[in-house]
Amino acid sequence: MQKQAIFQARLLPYVLVAPQLAIVLIFFYWPALQAVIQSFLLQDAFGLSTTFVWFENYLELFRDPSYFAAIVRTFFFSFAIAVSSLSFALLLAVMADKPLRGSILYRTLLIWPYAVAPPVVGVLWIFMLHPSLGVLSRYLRAMGVDWNPLLDGDQAAALIILAAAWKQISYNFLFFLAGLQAIPKSVLEAAAIDGARPMRRFWTVTFPLLSPTIFFLLVVNIVYAFFDTFGIIDTMTRGGPGTSTVTLVYKVYSDGLLGGNLGSSAAQSVILMVMVIVLTGIQFRFVERKVTY
Amino acid sequence: MANVTLRNVRKTYLGGFEAIKGVNVDVADGQFCVLVGPSGCGKSTLLRMVAGLETVTGGEIDIGGRVVNQVEPADRDIAMVFQNYALYPHMSVYNNMAYGLRNRGMAEAEIKTRVEEAARVLELTSMLERKPRQLSGGQRQRVAMGRAIVRQPKVFLFDEPLSNLDAKLRIAMRVEIRKLQRRLNTTSIYVTHDQLEAMTLADVLVVMNGGQVEQVGNPLAIYEKPATTFVASFIGAPPMNLMSIRQDEITSQLGDGRASEAGILGIRPEDFVITDQTPVGGIALPLTVEAIERVGAETFIYGARAHDEQRIAANPGELPPGEVIVRIPGTEAPAIGEKIRVAAVQAKLHLFSSDGRTRIEI
Repeated sequence: MQKQAIFQARLLPYVLVAPQLAIVLIFFYWPALQAVIQSFLLQDAFGLSTTFVWFENYLELFRDPSYFAAIVRTFFFSFAIAVSSLSFALLLAVMADKPLRGSILYRTLLIWPYAVAPPVVGVLWIFMLHPSLGVLSRYLRAMGVDWNPLLDGDQAAALIILAAAWKQISYNFLFFLAGLQAIPKSVLEAAAIDGARPMRRFWTVTFPLLSPTIFFLLVVNIVYAFFDTFGIIDTMTRGGPGTSTVTLVYKVYSDGLLGGNLGSSAAQSVILMVMVIVLTGIQFRFVERKVTY
Repeated sequence: MANVTLRNVRKTYLGGFEAIKGVNVDVADGQFCVLVGPSGCGKSTLLRMVAGLETVTGGEIDIGGRVVNQVEPADRDIAMVFQNYALYPHMSVYNNMAYGLRNRGMAEAEIKTRVEEAARVLELTSMLERKPRQLSGGQRQRVAMGRAIVRQPKVFLFDEPLSNLDAKLRIAMRVEIRKLQRRLNTTSIYVTHDQLEAMTLADVLVVMNGGQVEQVGNPLAIYEKPATTFVASFIGAPPMNLMSIRQDEITSQLGDGRASEAGILGIRPEDFVITDQTPVGGIALPLTVEAIERVGAETFIYGARAHDEQRIAANPGELPPGEVIVRIPGTEAPAIGEKIRVAAVQAKLHLFSSDGRTRIEI
């Protein structure tokens, strides 16, 4: 059977894909190439002369303890954000999956936060938890917590993780809910008749059957925590206090655009680019394999 | 080992829809009970109520002398085989069967013995390490059976377990299920929409329609004396010919007042013979042959009656109005368009009230 359409004209297919190709080339490949070239260059402080330094920018980075700290911090943030938002989303999805009155309404409400842009999320949480403006900060202090994320690096980190995880819950919830609804009801009924109580049913049947979804979301969440948290960090802490919330992505921005060290910033972007490629590769390979249990 | 008794069982959904309208059934210990009916008649709902997967909104369900209305499925000591098998896709065949035993805290050694015994009986021994997706439909079906029998429950529940199999396998599994049930002697309730499956498996046949029981009894007794026109046309294939009786030639032949109470006459296709005689007290019909179906051992003749409007409508397995099916052995048959005369003896006539709800004995 013929499954592919055959174009008679030779030129037409190229004309049809040209707009898409142009966008990809101009907005993706060209900047990526620029970054690679830039990462081999070193500019003087006044931007008057540029020298080609081979891998000096990269070597410099690996010798820099603050870069190493940013790597560790980014991994920690990713892990914390992924685990907290995944587990909370799963909890919500399990509860929303129950046949209750008005389920469509609260399912919709649970999905809403995903429509909020990351910088807006940052502002929202600042309004709640800013040491002097925040509504919740007053209660925290009333309870005896010395709450000041503008001075305390750990609290700032916790705030970033909280805001970033909160935003991602909706996305995870959506996938978990779909995953839960894809599990045949009769399998859970069979487990109930087989004498498994609800908790045991969850851990021995539901959870293993959700494992493909969980793995997929884990990769997506790590990618999100790596890159999409920029807006949240920039609005909430700008990397501070000190460098306690500077992640790899934020460092690219602060070193390059704020610090003016374009060569190092470009080298950092190239490293991030490689990480994205690896993560995306893992995800694609996984998505191709449909069944894992 | 247990009997199952349903006393005036009802199910009304929140919206007010009444799925089960008061069902009374008594299944004795070790009996094989089949619930049969068209789709939507409530047979699956009733089975799921016995399993504890649906709440009971009225009446009592009694398993082995204990009312289980409020008892969790896990504590009813039942096992169920689902239509889609409902195997745990992430577990091996062995673990699928062992799961229910582990949940009950049985020792691994005992579990192993039981699972291996069940696997031997069901010829699954070589497949114990496979996952369900590596099995064929028939094998999955056997694993589902295995999962039920290792538990040695009081009652087996089957929810259309064969409807996903092809015709040949279905017959083979039907025989297997019956043999297995006879050997284990476990009380069973089996739901199907296939009247042939129902006839061949049941000790007790329960014919359901619209949330109510139409008739309960031995399958052959039901076949020979259907209580309503619904049962008459649902049990038996091809269905019983149902004709209204009053004004036309049938009334005059039946004579002596019996027809005055009855409104509907039923004759099974196999009870007709082609003859010019009219048996005493029996009935004869002139027919025009419209179609012939030869299936080898027997032949079906589709004939049109002179008075077309007399056909009773609105029953499952229905014939077009005015059509009569005659079933004769062998392949000798009249030609299409030929006019024939068929007759049935009095003992083979079924009379029903005009609404079809009551059988009238001759």
